[in-house]
Amino acid sequence: MAKRIDVSGLTAYYGSHKAIEDISMTVEPRSVTAFIGPSGCGKSTFLRTLNRMHEVTSGGRVEGKVLLDDEDLYGAGIDPVSVRREVGMVFQRPNPFPTMSIFDNVAAGLRLNGSYKKSELGDIVERSLKGANLWNEVKDRLNKPGSGLSGGQQQRLCIARAIAVEPNVLLMDEPCSALDPISTLAIEDLIGELKERFTIVIVTHNMQQAARVSDRTAFFNLAAVGQPGKLIEIDETERIFSNPSVQATEDYISGRFG
Amino acid sequence: MSTALVADKRPSTLRGARLPKWSPWAIATGSIALGIGIGLAAGLDSEVQWGLLAGLLFLLGTYGIAARVEGRRQAKDRIATALVWVAFILAVVPLASLVWATVQRGVKVLDVYFLTHSMGVVADSEPGGGIYHAILGSLEQVGLATLIGAPIGVLTAIYLVEYGRGSLAKAVTFFVDVMTGIPSIVAGLFILSLMLMLDLQPFGFAGSLALAILMMPVVVRSTEEMLKLVPNELREASLALGVPKWRTILKVVLPTSIGGIVTGIMLSIARIAGETAPVLLLVFGNPFINANPFEGAQASLPLYIYQQYAQSAGSQPAYDRAWAASLTLIAFVMILNLVARGIARWKAPKTGR
Ligand SMILES: Nc1ncnc2c1ncn2[C@@H]1O[C@H](COP(=O)(O)OP(=O)(O)O)[C@@H](O)[C@H]1O
Ligand SMILES: [Mg+2]
Repeated sequence: MAKRIDVSGLTAYYGSHKAIEDISMTVEPRSVTAFIGPSGCGKSTFLRTLNRMHEVTSGGRVEGKVLLDDEDLYGAGIDPVSVRREVGMVFQRPNPFPTMSIFDNVAAGLRLNGSYKKSELGDIVERSLKGANLWNEVKDRLNKPGSGLSGGQQQRLCIARAIAVEPNVLLMDEPCSALDPISTLAIEDLIGELKERFTIVIVTHNMQQAARVSDRTAFFNLAAVGQPGKLIEIDETERIFSNPSVQATEDYISGRFG
Repeated sequence: MSTALVADKRPSTLRGARLPKWSPWAIATGSIALGIGIGLAAGLDSEVQWGLLAGLLFLLGTYGIAARVEGRRQAKDRIATALVWVAFILAVVPLASLVWATVQRGVKVLDVYFLTHSMGVVADSEPGGGIYHAILGSLEQVGLATLIGAPIGVLTAIYLVEYGRGSLAKAVTFFVDVMTGIPSIVAGLFILSLMLMLDLQPFGFAGSLALAILMMPVVVRSTEEMLKLVPNELREASLALGVPKWRTILKVVLPTSIGGIVTGIMLSIARIAGETAPVLLLVFGNPFINANPFEGAQASLPLYIYQQYAQSAGSQPAYDRAWAASLTLIAFVMILNLVARGIARWKAPKTGR
């Protein structure tokens, strides 16, 4: 049940500091969209506005529209908690719940929402772990704590936890930046499989990764430190990496930056 | 060949003369002997003076010997280590002697009879009697105080860490700070003024209220620190799954920090278990067994110790009972601390495979 995202005129603040300004883009369902750009240009901030996690930070404020298949996430009467059930998120650092076993971590979303049938829980956990390519490695120790896994396994556990609640969209903020190359490859393969079922948005600092996994790529930049970040262009990944329409994009991609 | 030989003869810059491993012990033994010797010779009659003398000699001896053999830098390193040890021993000696004195004098009358009988038929100056009524009173008063103080304290801390913004949170923090500084007798007087307004006689629960006032700020502070230790990433992970905030706090934040929270509560219980002043004002003391904390005067362990000491005109059996009750109180607090540690270890977030 992947859904399309339509962003128009989105501006986000931290208190009085404007972090991103006037961003508009469309994210196609069942595709991978990559965000690239220098540090501090607001990629994480923008990603977090897509599931209303931005307002969790104190002072976080958003103007503009985010349509999820025609429904405005910032419209009147929209419950941010339900938004987050539809738009899941994977963070930069793997963050399994330390008090819970592997099984409980994957089941956490369903259990804590209270929206599940007891008899189905085992199946859902197995399906999610298989979906995250982790099942074979952990099926014999589902009751062991999740913090005992390696970094790459923990990150896949977090992905399993996110897809267990069957979201429509999966947001990933630099999911591989804390991982070794083998684990990174495992997660990139996984992203390729997940895009059959979900709309995926991934922030990455790794240009090759963006080129490998994404269908479309968005380049963000900021005029100067302290200025708000802006979307420079978004296009087919191939075009962005071979023949971008903006000079700044080409400079950034070829390493001739600043 | 010849260059190698020359190089071998040059003194190594990485190796210097070192004192042997046992040298600190030797210096310590020497300075203790010297300290006692000087103390005896100079006719100092306090053993504390001997000890301080030995400590000073140990520091000077360590520096002098190390500076001569190893050089100045190593000597400074050694004297820093020696200072830490001397400070540690200075801190531990009074503590150990306190426990030792209490055990030595407390075991005299401490037996099953003592723990299971009251002072109902025994005059304060006679032998016999026990502390059953005081243990009962302490458990009830402290238990009720905990039932009131711990939940309010934990909820206040949750408010401050998870929800508190702006002026209300600042005001709450300010009041908690002020409450931390309230002397126990003032908390007692506060409840006493209420009791006088309502024309009530002393009873156990009044003491519980004063103890709860003393306990609350401690619980708030320790719980706040524990909640702040929970990484924000865990809260965000839970929120991003579409879990409401209150459930996130209940199911993710609290379980992660429960070990530390319980430890804080246990330590605050240990603190109020030894309070005497408010209990004296509000619960008054009672040689008979009174199991009802809501009516009539009760006893409590610290109050019992004080009254045995103060009201018995120096009779030996009363002193013995006071020491035995002290030992019981220390044991009670010690057990609470051990339980707290056990819970903290048992509930700590699990790691490892
Ligand atoms: N919690 C926060 N509070 C205040 N400012 C923030 C916060 N997080 C990020 N910012 C600011 O927002 C801007 C964008 O940051 P971010 O979205 O993290 O960039 P990126 O992910 O592209 O590196 C930066 O200027 C940063 O200083
Ligand atoms: Mg970022």
